[in-house]
Amino acid sequence: MDATVRVVAAPPQRPRRGWRLAAFVRDRAAVAASVLLGLVVLASIAAPWLSAHGPYEADNLLRYAPPGTPGHLLGTDQQGRDEVARLLWGGRVSLMVGIVPTLCASAIGLALGMLAGMLSGFVDQVIMRTLDVLFAFPIVLFAIAFAGAMTPGIGTEILAITVVLIPYVGRLARTATLGVMAMPFIEAARAAGGSPLAIARRYVFPNVLSPIIVYATTLMGLMIVVGSGLSFLGLGVQPPTADWGAMVADGRVVLRRAPHVTIIPGIAILAVSLAFNFIGDGLRDALDPRTGRRAG
Amino acid sequence: MSRFLLSRLLAVIPVMFGVSVVVFLLMQIAPGDVATALLGPQATEQAKQELRHTLGLDKPLPVQYGRWLARTGEGDLGVSIATQRPVASLVLPRFLNTLLLTVASLFLAILIGYPTGLFAALRAQTVFDRSTTGLTLLLGSTPPFWLGLILVLLFALRLRWLPVSGMYDMAGDGGLADLLRHLILPAVTTALGPAAIITRMVRSSVREALAKPHVRVARAKGLARRTLLRRHVILNALPPVVTITGLQLGYLLGGALLTEVVFDWPGLGSLLYDSITARDLPVVQGTTLLVGLCFVLVNIIVDMLNVVLDPRLQEG
Amino acid sequence: MSDDVVLDVRNLRTRFGPRLGGLVAVDGVSFALRRGRTTALVGESGSGKSATALSVLGLIDPPGEVVGGEVLYRGRDLRHADEREIRRVRGARIGIVFQDPLSSLNPALPIGSQIAETILAHEAIGRAEAMARAVRLLERVGVADAPRRAADYPHHFSGGMRQRVLIAAAIACRPEIIIADEPTTALDVTVQAKILRLLYDLQQEMAASMLLITHDLGVVAAMADDVLVMYAGQVVEQADVDTLFHQPRHPYTRALLACMMGVEDDRAVPLTPIAGSPPDLRDPPPGCRFAPRCPAAEAACSAWAPVALRLTDNHVIACRRATEALVDG
Repeated sequence: MDATVRVVAAPPQRPRRGWRLAAFVRDRAAVAASVLLGLVVLASIAAPWLSAHGPYEADNLLRYAPPGTPGHLLGTDQQGRDEVARLLWGGRVSLMVGIVPTLCASAIGLALGMLAGMLSGFVDQVIMRTLDVLFAFPIVLFAIAFAGAMTPGIGTEILAITVVLIPYVGRLARTATLGVMAMPFIEAARAAGGSPLAIARRYVFPNVLSPIIVYATTLMGLMIVVGSGLSFLGLGVQPPTADWGAMVADGRVVLRRAPHVTIIPGIAILAVSLAFNFIGDGLRDALDPRTGRRAG
Repeated sequence: MSRFLLSRLLAVIPVMFGVSVVVFLLMQIAPGDVATALLGPQATEQAKQELRHTLGLDKPLPVQYGRWLARTGEGDLGVSIATQRPVASLVLPRFLNTLLLTVASLFLAILIGYPTGLFAALRAQTVFDRSTTGLTLLLGSTPPFWLGLILVLLFALRLRWLPVSGMYDMAGDGGLADLLRHLILPAVTTALGPAAIITRMVRSSVREALAKPHVRVARAKGLARRTLLRRHVILNALPPVVTITGLQLGYLLGGALLTEVVFDWPGLGSLLYDSITARDLPVVQGTTLLVGLCFVLVNIIVDMLNVVLDPRLQEG
Repeated sequence: MSDDVVLDVRNLRTRFGPRLGGLVAVDGVSFALRRGRTTALVGESGSGKSATALSVLGLIDPPGEVVGGEVLYRGRDLRHADEREIRRVRGARIGIVFQDPLSSLNPALPIGSQIAETILAHEAIGRAEAMARAVRLLERVGVADAPRRAADYPHHFSGGMRQRVLIAAAIACRPEIIIADEPTTALDVTVQAKILRLLYDLQQEMAASMLLITHDLGVVAAMADDVLVMYAGQVVEQADVDTLFHQPRHPYTRALLACMMGVEDDRAVPLTPIAGSPPDLRDPPPGCRFAPRCPAAEAACSAWAPVALRLTDNHVIACRRATEALVDG
C-alpha cells in the first residue's frame, strides 16, 4: 500500500475501433512527421514533373553554383547538375534503400521469430544460435563487408541491409511470440482443439505484429542513414545515379568552395530519418494498449 | 560467481567460431575468381587450374574452411593481393589506430552522456531537460559521415582551429599534441551519436531509480544529498547504463570505420574501405574477422561487468 | 507548548496536484505527541494517515505539497526549516519505519551498510565504528548471526527480517520520536506480533515517543496510548485508547469498531461493514464528509462542517450529532 496518493486523470472513454488511429493523431509530432514523409515520398515519385532539370544534365558553365542561382533553387553540384533534381531523383534511391530492406527483413525476421517462439526446442536453438552469430558483428561493419564482397549496386545495398537486419527483427519477434505463448488464452485455444497454424494466425501474429511495426518504422529511419553511408562509400549505386549518400560524397571534394553540395543532401537524410523516428514513437504510443493515453 | 563467469566465457567460443564461419562464407560469395585476380585475365585456363590446386581452392568447402581456420590461428591471414604483403602486418598497426579512435570516442561519449543524462534526469521537465531531449533526438538521426564533414567545414576549413584530416601533420613533429589535435574531430564525430543514446539511457535509468521506494527511505534517514544520490540513485541506475554503454562500443566500432574514411584516419576502417575498393579480398577478410572478434570480446566484458554491479545476477 | 509535548502538529494541510482539480489528502489535522507515549493514527486506506506522517518530516514528493499548518518540534516549525536543518532532524531525532520492507531497502547495498549510513550521516565517527554499531543494532533487533549477516544483501532476507533491518536503521541514532507507518501490514500474521513487540521494547528502552500509523484496531489496542481516528483527510475523533474503545462518540469510530472488533460494550456482536465507500477527495462532500455513509446523519450535517469539540482533556470529536446528543442529554 503506497502512502502517496496519485492524481490520475481518468482516461476518456473511447470506442474500440479507430481508437488507435485517434491515439496516433493526438501525437502532433508524429502527424507532422507523417505529413513530411508523405510529401517527400510523393515528391520523389513525381520527380519528373516537379523538376525543371534532369538529374544527369550537366552544365559545365554553372558548376557548383550557389543556392539561389536563377534556374537552380538549391544550386548545382560539381558537374553543374541541378541540386533539386538530384535530390528528388536521389530520394527515390535513398528511400528505397531504407524502406525495402527493412520490409523484407521484417517479414523474414517475423517468420523466423514466430517459428522459433512457437516451435521452441531444437528449432528455436538453431535459429537463435545462428542469429547470435550475426549479432556478433556491428551493423555497419557487416553491411560494408557484405556489400564490399559483392559487386556494387543498389541490389547489393538492399541485400546487405536486409541480411543485417534479420537478426534484430527476428529476436524481437521471438521475444514477443514467447510473451504471447505464455498467455492463458493460448492454452484455452489449444484445449479447444485449435491447430498450431490457426493459433499462429489468430492469436500470435496480430499481437506480434504491433511491436514489429513500431520497431520496423524506427529501423527504417536508421537504415536510411546506414544505406546512405554505404552509398557514401561507393558501395551502393554507381555514378551518375543520384543518391543522397553519394551526393554527400560528391560534395566532399568541393567542401570548401561549395559546401551546399554536401550540406543539402545531408539535411534531407536527417529530416527523413527524424520523421521516421517521430512516426515510430507515435505508433508505439498508439499501438501499445498499456500506454494508450498520450504520454507527457 | 566465478563459475558463472566461466560459463559465460565458454559460451563465447562457439560464437567466435560462428564469426569465423561467417567471414569465411562472406568471401566465398564474392564474385570474381581468385586465380584470375592473381594471374590476370590473360592467363591460360591451365595455369589458373594449377594455381587453384596449389591454393587448395578445388577442395570441398568445409576442408577449405578448416585449412583457413588453422592458418588464421597461427596468425597467417593470407597475403594482400594489392601489396603482396602479409595481411597480418597490414592489419595490426591499423588496429591500434582504430583502437585509439574508438577508445577516445567512447571516452568522449561517456564524458558527454553521463553528466548530461544525470542533470536532465534531476531537472526533469525543465528547459535544460527538454532541449537535451530534442538535441539527442536530432543527433540520433544524423548521418555520422555527414556530421563529420560539417564539423570539418566549420572547425577546419572556416575557423581553421583544427586540421582537416589525417593522424599527424605531414610536416609536423608527430608528437602527442599533434596527435591529439588530429584526434579531436574524428573522435567527436564518432562519439556524438552514441553520446545521444547514452544520454537518453542515463536519463531514463536515473528517473526510474529516483522513483524507487528506497530512495524515500534514504531521505528519511537524513542522508546528505550527495551521499543519497551516489549510494541510492546512481548505483542503482548503473546496470542498464553500463549495458548500453557496452553496446555502444559496437556502434562506435562501426561509426569509427566510417569516420576514418571521412578523416583519412589510418585505421582498420580506411583499410577496409581501400581494400574493398581495390577488391583485395584477403585484406577484407582479415579486417572483418578481427573487428568481429573484438566486438564479441567487448560484449563479454560488458556482460561480466554487469554481473559485478548487480549482486542479484550472481545467483545465476 | 507544554513540557511533555515533543511534537505539536497544528492544522496540517497537504495537497496533491494543482490547486484546481487536485486533492487535499491532509485537511487540517492537529495533534500533540507526548513524551514517552504512543499515539496511533487510525483510518481506512486513503484517509490521509500516511500522508500526515510523511508531511511531518517533509517527505511529500511532487506533485504533492504541504500547504498549510505548523509542525512544531523543539520550538522550531519543521515546515519552515531549511533543507539542512530538517536533514539533521530526519533519522537522528525523528526516525521513520516504512511499511513495505520488500522495496524499502536498496537491493544493491549490503544491509549492514544501510544501517551504518544513518549513523554516519549524523555522527562524526569512523566507518568501522559505525559498522560495529550496526552489527550490535542487528543483534538488538533479533537478527541471528549478525556479524556475518551484516554483509548480506536484502534479497537474502525474508520480509520480517527486512523489517527488523529497517527498524534498526530507523533507531540507529536513538531518535526521540519514532514514526511507524503500517509497520506490520505487509507481514505474515505470525511475524506481526513479534515486530510489534520489538517496537514496543525499543520504545521503552529509548524512552521515545511513537507515532503509529495503522488501519488495524488490534494493533491500536495493543500499542497505543492515544488514538486519532481519521476519515477523508480529517480527524473525526481523538481520545486516549481506553476511552476510544469503550466510549466512542463519533459514528465513524463506532462503525469502525463494529466492523472490525465484533465487540461492543463488552458484548459480542456480528461484524457489520460500513455501507458505501470513502469519498473522492478531489470533490469531497460538503459539510461532514462522513455524512453520506452515516447512520445518524441529518440534513444539517451536510450543510455545515462539524466543529471539533473538546469533551475532556483527552477526548475531542468532530460531529454535530454527537455534540448535540451530549448537550441535550
